[in-house]
Amino acid sequence: MKVEFDYTRSLGPVLSQFMSALKQHSILGGVTSDGRVVVPPPEYDPITHAAVTELVPVSDHGVVQSWSWVAEPVAQQPLEKPFAFAQILLDGADAPLLHAVAVDSPAEISTGLRVRVVWAEDPTGTIRDIAHFEPAGDGSSEGSASMEFGAPEVTGIVSPVKLAYDYAASPEETKFFRGLAEGKIFGQRCPKCEKVYVPPRGACPVDGIPTTDEVELPDRGTVTTYCVVNVPFQGQTIPIPYVSAYVLLDGADIAFLHLILDIDAADVRMGMRVEAVWKPREEWTTDLNNIRYFKPTGEPDADFETYKHHL
Amino acid sequence: MRDVAVVGFSQQQMKELDGSPTCLEILVPIIQDLYEQTGWTKSDIGFWCSGSSDYLAGRSFSFVSAVDAIGTLPPVMESHVEMDAAWAMYEAWIKIQTGEVDTALVYGFGKSSAGTLRRILALQLDPYTTQPLWPDTVSLAGIQAREGIEKGLWDEKAMAEVVARSMTDAAANEWAIRKGATSIDDVLAQPVYADPLRRWDCAPVSDGAAGIILAAGDKAREARQRPAWITGFEHRIEPIALNARSLTESVSTAAAGTAAGVDGVDTAELHAPFSHQELILRNALGLPGDVTINPSGGALTANPMFSAGLNRIGEAASRIWAGNSDKALAHTTQGPVLQHNLVCTLEGRN
Repeated sequence: MKVEFDYTRSLGPVLSQFMSALKQHSILGGVTSDGRVVVPPPEYDPITHAAVTELVPVSDHGVVQSWSWVAEPVAQQPLEKPFAFAQILLDGADAPLLHAVAVDSPAEISTGLRVRVVWAEDPTGTIRDIAHFEPAGDGSSEGSASMEFGAPEVTGIVSPVKLAYDYAASPEETKFFRGLAEGKIFGQRCPKCEKVYVPPRGACPVDGIPTTDEVELPDRGTVTTYCVVNVPFQGQTIPIPYVSAYVLLDGADIAFLHLILDIDAADVRMGMRVEAVWKPREEWTTDLNNIRYFKPTGEPDADFETYKHHL
Repeated sequence: MRDVAVVGFSQQQMKELDGSPTCLEILVPIIQDLYEQTGWTKSDIGFWCSGSSDYLAGRSFSFVSAVDAIGTLPPVMESHVEMDAAWAMYEAWIKIQTGEVDTALVYGFGKSSAGTLRRILALQLDPYTTQPLWPDTVSLAGIQAREGIEKGLWDEKAMAEVVARSMTDAAANEWAIRKGATSIDDVLAQPVYADPLRRWDCAPVSDGAAGIILAAGDKAREARQRPAWITGFEHRIEPIALNARSLTESVSTAAAGTAAGVDGVDTAELHAPFSHQELILRNALGLPGDVTINPSGGALTANPMFSAGLNRIGEAASRIWAGNSDKALAHTTQGPVLQHNLVCTLEGRN
């Protein structure tokens, strides 16, 4: 299962200047109340808690203060082959910057090694404009003193986050999903209160005990409540307006959310009888999407008394 | 202040949970076990609080699914923190202090094996200048360990001593994942993985869950013959910026320890996911040499995210119940490289 999101973050005055400078291949430090130059610059002074306002350029050369070897890099790190993460004290700064150092083996890096920035080819105004550091020999350079602080060019960053999980289904969920692949809907009954849950939940939320009995349910039921979706959103696949509804399958005690189509949204109502519309059999997988949506059966509406406890 | 004690503790840990990230499969038996230990039922519990993380579960509101393990009809008073359950216990302890309830059940759970734990934990870093580099937990600990080694604060042998003692002590812990009689030489013979760290210097990726029951005054005495009374409960935090604090000491642990009071402690369960971090913590707390450290084996032998900290309190309390300790200290950490630290002291009374 993959979870991805591009976090869009606005920047305050300090980080806007810092990121704007990075885009111009310059690194700024913040001057704190004790006279230290800190990179990256803090937004607020760690001692006085006042806003940091003074920024000064520092060098893109520095010295390794401590490091750790990354034998097995993970996704989205600055380098794909083994490298070192290091605390790097840039010339002109008093606090270290954490970043990557490109060397081929741990034998090629040591505390005290002089390193320099390798700038990214396409600067975007993020910390990744520093692609990584590399050994610098005895080289050094001054900060670019010509830096001018006008209105910052960069006022926001985008941080793409991509996560991957191996999602294991619980034993009850496993039966449910395997059932779907055969066109069946399996729920579970609580041995104490005898309520039937679908999809099955592993433990009865009323009694806090494992559900034990498997129950096969029909693919038809009653709309208990619903909403009409009128708001467009990213990734929407169905033309609005359409209806999301709680469908109480016959024999179940808890309704589950699904779509109601093949009917004008204005005609959907509480108590309406519906049945599942399945995908063609050859497309079935262990997925709830095997049921494309629910459609009206044409039966008379269910009496409110039959579902009032399931709202 | 009301006298509050730990009267129940149950845990489960494993390398890989064959189940869902809600951890319901192990939470249900843990809560049942807690009822059996105290002789109580759901109606005896006044407040519920859990610790877990959606980033670990890979789904939103994962703690809501876990509430199924309680059974919530009639409704219960419940809360949650996206922190180790030791902080959920702190909230529960405050709740009991208000006088609103006399008992609480606290639980934590997490399935670390579902994703790449050391990478997911990069999401707890500063989101502007640090997280976009994806510094993994092991690398940050390696930087911390090397700094201490090069300053002469500790060496590889001192780290290996911690590992050897932890794995040896864990042999008796049915829930430990990495365990067995181990010598310092055995540890030093292991290859270096994330230079300067060996794999054994790093806690194993662990799945698990745990629960604790707290009770005040007579209610505690009703449940347990020798309750583990809480005598101090404090936590302190340091800045998120990795260059704004010294990584080779833990001033937040020292401050929490001073506030909680460490005098007279005979046993300490320290939550150190990396071997050198135990050395930092022992130093910060000023523990005398005769204090028994991590008799359970500690986090180096099993470190289920969001319950490993609560486990430290449960292990300390268990030793008091059994009469093996008169005053014990439990420590919990979270955040990058010991950013946020909690100290809980417990005592048995005769």
